[in-house]
Amino acid sequence: MKVLDRKLFRVLWTIKGQVIAIAMVIASGIATLVMSLSTIEALEETSAAYYERYRFADVFAQVKRAPEKLTAQIRDIPGVQTIQTRITRYTTVDVTGFSEPVIGLLSSVPEDRQPNLNQLVLRKGSWLSSQATDEVIINEPFAEAHGLAIDDVISLILNGRKKPFRIKAIALSPEHIYSLGPGMLLPDDQRFAVMWMGRKAMASAFDLESAFNDLTLTVEHQASINPILDQLDVLLAPFGGISAIERKDQISNWFVMNEIAQQKTMATILPSIFLAVSVFLTHMILSRLIATERTEIGLLKAFGYSQLQVSWHYLKMVVVICLLGITLGSLLGLMLGRYNTQMYADLFRFPLLVYQPGMQSFLLGGLISVAGALAGAMGAVSKVVQLPPAVAMSPPAPPNYQHGLFSKSWVTQWLDQPTRIAFRQIGRWPLRSFLTSTGMAFSMGLIVMTLQWNDSLGLLAQVNFFEAQKQDLMVGLAEPKKLRALHDLEHLPGVMRAEPVRYISADLRSEHRSHRGSITAMAADNQLQSIYDDAARQSVPVPDEGLILAERLAEKLQVSKGDLVRIDVLEGRRPSLLIPVVDTVETYLGMAAYANLTAMNRLLMDGELFQFANLKTDSLQAADLFYALKNTPMVSSVMVKQAALDAFNETLVEHLMVFITMFIVLAGMVAFGVTYNSTRIALSERGRELATLRVLGFTHGETSYVLLGEVTLLILLGLLLGSLVGWGLVWSMAAAFDTELFRVPLVISEATIAWSMIIVLLAAMLSFTLISGRVRRLDLIKVLKTRE
Amino acid sequence: MTTVKKQSTKTVLSARKLTKVYHTGAIDVWALRGVDFDLYANEMVVLLGASGSGKSTLLNILGGLDVPTEGKVIYADHDISHANDKALTRFRRDHVGFVFQFYNLIPSLTALENVALVTEITPDALDPAKALDLVGLTERMNHFPAQLSGGEQQRIAIARAIAKQPDILLCDEPTGALDMQTGIMVLQAIENINQELGTTTAVITHNAVVGQMADRIIYLSDGQIAGIDVNQQRLPASQLEW
Ligand SMILES: Nc1ncnc2c1ncn2[C@@H]1O[C@H](COP(=O)(O)OP(=O)(O)O)[C@@H](O)[C@H]1O
Ligand SMILES: [Mg+2]
Repeated sequence: MKVLDRKLFRVLWTIKGQVIAIAMVIASGIATLVMSLSTIEALEETSAAYYERYRFADVFAQVKRAPEKLTAQIRDIPGVQTIQTRITRYTTVDVTGFSEPVIGLLSSVPEDRQPNLNQLVLRKGSWLSSQATDEVIINEPFAEAHGLAIDDVISLILNGRKKPFRIKAIALSPEHIYSLGPGMLLPDDQRFAVMWMGRKAMASAFDLESAFNDLTLTVEHQASINPILDQLDVLLAPFGGISAIERKDQISNWFVMNEIAQQKTMATILPSIFLAVSVFLTHMILSRLIATERTEIGLLKAFGYSQLQVSWHYLKMVVVICLLGITLGSLLGLMLGRYNTQMYADLFRFPLLVYQPGMQSFLLGGLISVAGALAGAMGAVSKVVQLPPAVAMSPPAPPNYQHGLFSKSWVTQWLDQPTRIAFRQIGRWPLRSFLTSTGMAFSMGLIVMTLQWNDSLGLLAQVNFFEAQKQDLMVGLAEPKKLRALHDLEHLPGVMRAEPVRYISADLRSEHRSHRGSITAMAADNQLQSIYDDAARQSVPVPDEGLILAERLAEKLQVSKGDLVRIDVLEGRRPSLLIPVVDTVETYLGMAAYANLTAMNRLLMDGELFQFANLKTDSLQAADLFYALKNTPMVSSVMVKQAALDAFNETLVEHLMVFITMFIVLAGMVAFGVTYNSTRIALSERGRELATLRVLGFTHGETSYVLLGEVTLLILLGLLLGSLVGWGLVWSMAAAFDTELFRVPLVISEATIAWSMIIVLLAAMLSFTLISGRVRRLDLIKVLKTRE
Repeated sequence: MTTVKKQSTKTVLSARKLTKVYHTGAIDVWALRGVDFDLYANEMVVLLGASGSGKSTLLNILGGLDVPTEGKVIYADHDISHANDKALTRFRRDHVGFVFQFYNLIPSLTALENVALVTEITPDALDPAKALDLVGLTERMNHFPAQLSGGEQQRIAIARAIAKQPDILLCDEPTGALDMQTGIMVLQAIENINQELGTTTAVITHNAVVGQMADRIIYLSDGQIAGIDVNQQRLPASQLEW
């Protein structure tokens, strides 16, 4: 090995603390990138493999009742490959020992074999017996939520009659990766069950012999989907078909894809931020590190080493540090990625998991880091390398301290000498000081951004679950009922108030833009659920006529107050309506369109109907109410708000906490790396000065204070800047996460700021402890004897 | 032992009208004000002058470590004062050996490696061990600088400078940081090189006694040459005293 290379490794070993600290900064950027990209890759591949293996359908349609022989015509639609008809129904489920109402989605399957499409993953038990009519297969999350096992019995209310069923198998389905009950915002495995039953048993229970009410099919590979959907709609319309949807609009898949899309956003924005910050910091640290090598660079040149040789030597050093960081980051990223994917796999209960990260993410991250670090080092090296050796070897001209901003003002009058030294040092190197502060600011910004998710979700939950909605329960009826049925609900035990709501499925259109959703029609005097402006945090009265749109929906349709929106209703007589937008409100969740119930009923011309009711109840009578609801045939679903909130907290918030922890560790690494290096470099730059102070009789503590005092001041400035940077990052994250599903409210709580500061200070303190050990071990004689 | 030196007249290096101005802040420092200077083959020259008189500046320019503000430096018919970095690098690599007051050894390399650092990039270099032998430090070659005394470090610096068999050896206050006894050992090493290898040598000092071991003493004062003495007899370094 060349002597110069030997020197390289010895130097790296001597400054191993710094090397590790820089590598940690690089690693945090790489780890985020590798984690995010590998998670996405794994989620995409896993869901694709799952769908493929269990034959997830491409098209889904529902009808009221269609004869089985219609399938012949459907099969004739060009491009259609495999068809699976079935019967699906929502029912009420009674689980012994669980008082609250449970809603179940019941789907028919062939008695003797797996269906052609949307096959089940049998986790326990075996397929139905071909003759039995009292067997049911239930989904695993529900089974686990209630501790149900094979051969346990649950009761289902089929067509108004309660009947016991024996659990024959516990299964998963590609159709219900994300299983949302009607009216639910988030999966609630205790209160929503997915169940499968023999086709004959269901046909007789729901009077659908030789008929179906649900159809799924796959299309040929190259077939285009829209013509198929259109022809299907034409065929199904006479049988009460609501327009067919393709896979991407299927609810479970939509959520899974949305989750992947969010990961993607995260994979673009978060690693970009981390990587940018880490590249910036590496750049900053390396250029200072190289500046301290000035004398040696001059010396090597004096011996006749060329500029190229010297530059290459230092760049090699940078490359080694980068490689270390990249390796560290890749390993960490793989670990976190695997963990993260596993977490999703558990959440989604994927029966299989494909985690085989490709090389791209490593290469990409490595390339960016090396390039950034090299650019930083190159700038510093080339500056020194171009100096004549004599100049490089003489220590940089003694800093020209002047009475400036900090020196004569009244502020300094009461400062002791060491503090003055700290202030003057900053005043002397304003740019460098500013960069150190910026480094701290960025690491704090990363922490603010991470912690703030909790604030956003907290606010989102607060606004959505408590301010916008004041009901305790929301019940859904099997089909729309006349308004006077509301009185039946009002008279249930413990109900203090009942308010009608109707959700009308519709395509909302403006010019060529359209959105498939629903119109929430509410009575003008509704109080329990109001039209709520989440940003202004106040209710908007229900308009007599016209629509109030969620701002994001208005943006999607590009309409504003006064514009007309075409409403293609997807149920009943399927009228097409033109309704003006009378206002818009900011909402965090969903893309709602609100209207007056009376006005909508009039436009739909199908009577004074409602299908959902919000209830205000007396919690003391909850058990009685639940019992009564279970035995009210017209009620097909019950959403308990507290349960929804709990589910929200469990799934979203807990999942998020894991993320937050990961990112805080990574951001903490950055903060540590920056302080450690800034202080360590300051120590090597000012070793003589500090040793002189020691010789003059200053104590260890006082000497450390001169060094650390300066960095502390910079950190404090960094913390102030950090709040700003944090705000900026939060803003950009919020913008990036503005999806159809939700908009992240832009709030940062004081606690978040405080915690971020504390974490940064802890990281700084850790590096201070390490450095002040070095100040303690400062060899006075050696430092004073040699020239730096 | 007293040596009578045959006076060589072959010029190795010559400087003409050298000026060097440092611009520091508001004031200009004139480190050199028109220096004419020749270095003859095989001779030993001592540059004597008070601190701040411009000795180091002159030496740095002669050795291609720095460039003059005006004037030229001729080496083998080439003006190195206006050479580009590449040519200067070649000049330093192939022809000049440096010794500095503060040794400037690379702390992370052993004595032997410090020498090898230079021999690796020069074609006709001595074996590093041989160079260390010339300064009498064979047995310490695997020590790191921190494990050596100042005198030993300086002798390693000399070994490093001469290992490439330079045409010119330039020493800037080689004994400045040493006590007399150690200083004399270092000077002996330099004297040895000059006589054994015939290397043209220039030594900077502010110690007039050192002048006695030179062929010529050049007095520098306030950036100008104040006078030149030619010693008829060189005093061996071992007999110097201060
Ligand atoms: N890099 C520099 N910048 C500014 N002034 C310098 C620099 N190097 C030397 N000087 C000034 O030039 C003059 C000559 O310096 P130098 O050649 O080092 O003297 P000597 O080696 O004889 O002590 C001195 O006044 C010194 O302060
Ligand atoms: Mg000098």
